[in-house]
Amino acid sequence: MATVDASAPQAGGKVRLSASRREALWCYTFLSPWLLGFLVFTAGPIVAVFYLGFTRYNVFKAPQWVGLENYVGIFTDDRLFTITLLNTIYFVVISVPGQLLIAFTLAMFLNTRIHGRGAYRTLFYLPMIVPHAAASVIFLWLLHAELGVVKHLLDVFGIPSPLWFQDENWSKPGIILLSFWYVGQTMVIMLAGLQNIPTHLYEAASIDGANVLRRMWHVTIPMLSPTTFFLLVIGLVTHFQVFTFAYIMTRGGPLNSTLFYVLYLYRYAFKNFEMGYASAMATVLFVLVLAVTGITFGTSRHWVHYET
Amino acid sequence: MSDRVAVIATHVRRGLFQSAPGVGRHAAIHFVLLIVAFIFALPFLWMASTSLKEATQVESFPPVYIPSPVVWQNYVEALTFLPFHQYFFNTTLISALVIVGDVLSASFVAYGFARLRAPGRNFLFIVMISTMIVPLAVRLLPTFLLFKWMNWVNTFLPLIVPAFFGTPYFIFFVRQFYRTIPQELSDAARVDGASEFRIWWQIMVPLSRPVLIAIGIFAFANVWNDFLYPLVFLTDRTKWTISIALSAMIDATGEDIQFWNLMMAAAFASVAPMVVVFGFAQRYFTQGVTLTGIKG
Repeated sequence: MATVDASAPQAGGKVRLSASRREALWCYTFLSPWLLGFLVFTAGPIVAVFYLGFTRYNVFKAPQWVGLENYVGIFTDDRLFTITLLNTIYFVVISVPGQLLIAFTLAMFLNTRIHGRGAYRTLFYLPMIVPHAAASVIFLWLLHAELGVVKHLLDVFGIPSPLWFQDENWSKPGIILLSFWYVGQTMVIMLAGLQNIPTHLYEAASIDGANVLRRMWHVTIPMLSPTTFFLLVIGLVTHFQVFTFAYIMTRGGPLNSTLFYVLYLYRYAFKNFEMGYASAMATVLFVLVLAVTGITFGTSRHWVHYET
Repeated sequence: MSDRVAVIATHVRRGLFQSAPGVGRHAAIHFVLLIVAFIFALPFLWMASTSLKEATQVESFPPVYIPSPVVWQNYVEALTFLPFHQYFFNTTLISALVIVGDVLSASFVAYGFARLRAPGRNFLFIVMISTMIVPLAVRLLPTFLLFKWMNWVNTFLPLIVPAFFGTPYFIFFVRQFYRTIPQELSDAARVDGASEFRIWWQIMVPLSRPVLIAIGIFAFANVWNDFLYPLVFLTDRTKWTISIALSAMIDATGEDIQFWNLMMAAAFASVAPMVVVFGFAQRYFTQGVTLTGIKG
């Protein structure tokens, strides 16, 4: 298509836009809903949260500038904040890699030509459609310290069963178990990734005398690494924000062992109405998630293998 | 055009074990998978079983696995313990509007990103992708203040309106699909004098039906599962969603063991609509995730 200068008069004597300008205008028109939403619901809030972090603000009176007071408070004077941060890191560090490992193992099994793989896949995916609130209630009863079915099953095998949500050492593992129940999406994406690995790579490896484990190490894992990387980033971002499970199951207890970052932030903002302090915490969370994602991206060139 | 998606979605190539399937290996795989299947099914089975027990059987340990008698009445009691019919209505209303908003906005914006060129478009696309890693909790407080200022707290609007401005994840998803549609189609329409708006509405939207359905289902699942936003924005108990009601119900019954059968009945009822949708639309769920599993 020929580009016509915008100012060039057309046959009809009217001034017309060039084709490329016209296209650009249409393009911006189509992008405008998102762009507006981005400014109002994402960019604006990020700027606002950064500003509010330097204020004292209880919603009813105008924000009052207090400089770094909130941040000083968070990092030097808030014992619970440290506990919260450690709880969240504990959860992320076990839950995210654990989920990837379980998803990978299940996907490897389902990537075989066995009978009923469709049924297995459906069953493993099914928890994804259970609302987190409902799953929290179910697991509270499943892992009930005296009457739970898990206690009974452990009894049958003679394994002493933990008190789960009544014991500060077992409350986080209980919630992590629940997060593993939601492995379905990760598994299905990994399965799709596995199915995209060309067969000839396996054949070549076999001819070179590689056994199953070597083929997995030298073909499957590198070829799957872009998918794994994508899932790792998404997993980190979402798991840092764990909220619903702890809110419903434990309210942060026992002994603050499940007081996760967003739960603590929620309390400050919507129970104490200390919006300034909560905003400072939100800013710290943002920086933290950015840093973790940034580091993940930074390491990616050492282990993520892109086909050329 | 659904063929195209089907081809992408079911593009199955052989995997690792498939070169040498022995009987012994198959048996071993089944053994492992059956154990895992039991673990995954256990919460569902335990929920279903408890929801039909009478109170005395709930308390027995070791547990009674098959309830006798079967107490269907539990469902009636659980769903009238709080006005769940109201909460089902609220959640359904919110879901329906969010689905409309997300499907319309995602396909509209995706058309701009996929099919039209403009300076800065690629930059904006990268900006959009980056926003996916902004934690929801970071945006929550200012968004709350904004909606409070607009007097929208305790209405459904804060949960519905943002969907009409597009969800980046869904926009990305449709964009990937629009890029696979041959350029000749829209060029031909342009030669015939169709505006970009008409090309989007009369060519792209009909062609992308499977993808839009997949998005609608994902949007539905998102709303049905959402907890934090309804918790913050809907404090009036007549406005609650089902998830909030479940949380309130467990608060109200607390540690009282007598209530677990009702709790499980309510939980099951909250899952049921999703199970029905999943039953009908399973292929869209798996297609959807396959499409998003696009390699970097």
